[in-house]
Amino acid sequence: MTPVISLQDITKTYGSGDTAVHALRGINLTVERGDYVAIMGASGSGKSTLMNIIGALDVPSGGHYELDGIGIESLDESGLSIVRNRKIGFIFQSFNLIARTSALANVELPLMYRGVGRRERVERAKAALAAVGLQDRMHHDPNELSGGQQQRVAVARALVAEPSLLLADEPTGNLDSVSTRDVLDLMDHMHDEGRTIVMITHEDDVAARADRVIVLIDGLISSDTRAAA
Amino acid sequence: MNLVETFRIGLHGITANKLRSGLTVLGILIGVAAVIVLVAVGNGSSRAVSASIEKLGTNTLTVRHGTFGFGPGGGGGGRNSGTRTQLKDLTVDDAIAMADPTVNPDVKSASPVVQGQVSCAYEGTSYSTTMTGTWPSYFEASNFPIGSGTYFTNDDVVGGTRNIVLGQTVVDNLFGTVSPIGKQITCQGIPFTVSGVLQKKGSTGFQDADDVIVAPLTTVQKYITGFGSLDSIVAQASSSTTQDAAQAEISAVLDARHGITSTANRDYQVLNQASLLTTADDTTRVFTVLLGAVAAISLLVGGIGITNIMLVTVTERTREIGIRKAIGASKGAILGQFLVEATVLSMVGGIAGVIVAMIVTRFPIAGIQPAVLPLSVVGAFAVSVALGLFFGSYPANRAASLRPIEALRHE
Repeated sequence: MTPVISLQDITKTYGSGDTAVHALRGINLTVERGDYVAIMGASGSGKSTLMNIIGALDVPSGGHYELDGIGIESLDESGLSIVRNRKIGFIFQSFNLIARTSALANVELPLMYRGVGRRERVERAKAALAAVGLQDRMHHDPNELSGGQQQRVAVARALVAEPSLLLADEPTGNLDSVSTRDVLDLMDHMHDEGRTIVMITHEDDVAARADRVIVLIDGLISSDTRAAA
Repeated sequence: MNLVETFRIGLHGITANKLRSGLTVLGILIGVAAVIVLVAVGNGSSRAVSASIEKLGTNTLTVRHGTFGFGPGGGGGGRNSGTRTQLKDLTVDDAIAMADPTVNPDVKSASPVVQGQVSCAYEGTSYSTTMTGTWPSYFEASNFPIGSGTYFTNDDVVGGTRNIVLGQTVVDNLFGTVSPIGKQITCQGIPFTVSGVLQKKGSTGFQDADDVIVAPLTTVQKYITGFGSLDSIVAQASSSTTQDAAQAEISAVLDARHGITSTANRDYQVLNQASLLTTADDTTRVFTVLLGAVAAISLLVGGIGITNIMLVTVTERTREIGIRKAIGASKGAILGQFLVEATVLSMVGGIAGVIVAMIVTRFPIAGIQPAVLPLSVVGAFAVSVALGLFFGSYPANRAASLRPIEALRHE
C-alpha cells in the first residue's frame, strides 16, 4: 500500500547567493495511511515551510514528494489546485472561513470547486456539519460563531471532500482551553475513523495526542518518536 | 466548477458589499444614461432644426436683394463702393423671367415679395406686425396652407384690392376668439378686409412664423412700401431634388438681367433650402458628436471606477482568494469569480442607465424633445459591458495569479 506522504530529501531555499535561506535541508519522511503525526519545532525551524510543501501550496526546491502516489513537483498550477482539492483538507490556525458566507456555504466550497452537483453537495455539507456538532448553526455567518465553532466549521470543510490527508496548522493556536479540547477530541475521533492526520503545533500537550511526534530543528528532522500505544 | 456556480459566487461577492457595489453601479449608470440622453438631445435638436427649416417652405429658394457680408460697402450700402456697379432693383419682371417654364424648367413658381411694418387696429385693439405683399403662389412656396376662409387671388393682385390673409398670431392679438373672416381691420389708417386665416405653423426657432399679414403685392406697394425694389423673390423648385438646378437657373436669369459678369459682383443672394438644411444638419451633427464625446468620457470614468473598485476588492480579499485556492479553487475559478463580479456590476449599471435614460428622454430638456437613437442605447450598453470585462480583467487576473501561500499570509 502506498504511503500517504513520501518525502525524499526535500530541500527548500528562499533567495539565492549570499542571502539564500535554507529553510529545509533534506527532509526524509514517510507517513502511512491512518497515521496521526504531530510536527513540532521552534519558529524558524522550517515547520511552516514543510507544511506548505506537504499541503501542495508550495513546491520544494529539491527532492521528491509523492502525495498518495502522485509526484507533486511535476504538477503545474492547475494540477496543484486539483491535488489540494481532492487529496488535502486544510485546518488553519486562524480558521480561514470566508466572511459573509454561511457555515454551510463554506463547507460546500471544496465540493463546489470539484464540480459536485448542488443537491449532493448540500447533503454532504450538512452531514459534515452534523459530524462536528454544528447542525443547528449551519446558516450562521462566521462572525456569528465563536472561535471554537468556527474551527469546527473549518474541520467540517476539511472533511467534507473525503481527502487522503488532513493537514492542520496550529489548529488550536487561537482557541481557549475548552474549544481546544473540543477540536482535539474531534481530531482524535477522525483518527479513530482511520483518517491520516498531519498536525503542526508547538504545544506539547497538543502534540501528545498524536501517535508520532516529529521535531524539526534548523530544517532537519532531529527526532521522530512514536508514542507507545 | 461550472458557469452557474461561478456566477453564484460572483453575485455573492456583489451582494456582500452593497454600498460599494451600488456606488460602482451608479458610476456606470450615469455614464450610460449620459451617453444616451446627450445623444438623444443632440439628435432631438437636429430634428427640431430640420423641422423648423422645413416649416419655412418646401423646395423654397429665396432671392434677396443686396449682398450679404461681402466686404466693406457690402450689405445694404453699396453706394460707397467705387469698384462695384450700383445695385439694380429686384423687380417684378425679374420674378416673371425666373418663372418662365421654357427657360427655367426646374422653377415651379416665383413670387415677388415686399414687406413693410404696419400697425393694425380692430375695434380699439391695435397690433404691430409685418405686412407682406406678394402673389398667391407665395402661399404654396412658403408652405402656408389656409386654415379658414380663402386666399386672395390673382384678380386681387391685378386689381389691387384690400383683401388680406392673417397669420394666427395676428388673429389672436386683434380678434381673440372672434372669427375674423370678412371683418375689416385698419392698417396704417387704411381699411382691409380679412379673407382668410393661415394654418398655425408655430415658432421656427427665431421668430414667430404666424406673426404675418399677407396681402396682394400691388396693394402693399400702393399703400405701405411704395414702388421701389422688391425685398425678395420667393421661388419654388419643381421638386426637392431640383433645388440646385433651380438655383443655377435663377442665378443665370438674374445675372443676365442685371448685367453681372462675375459672381462676386452679384447684387442678390439666393438662399437654398436644401443647402440650409445640410448646413444645419452638419452643425447639429458636430453638436451631437461633441455631446456624445463628453458622455463617452463619463462612461470611461465609470469603467475606471470598476477597475478601481475591483482592485480594492482584490486587495481586500487577498486572504479569501488564498483560502479558496487552498481548498482547491483553480485559477480559472478565481478569474471567473472576479470577472463575473465586474461584468455583472457594469451590466446592472448599463441596464439601469438605459432605464433612467428612457425615463429622462420622455421629457423635454432645455426646450428640446430628445429623440433616442436606438444605436446609442445598444452602443452604450455594449460598451458598458465591454468596459466591465476589460477593466475587470486586470484585477481579476491579479487575483487569480496570487500565490496561495502569500495570499494566505496576507492580513
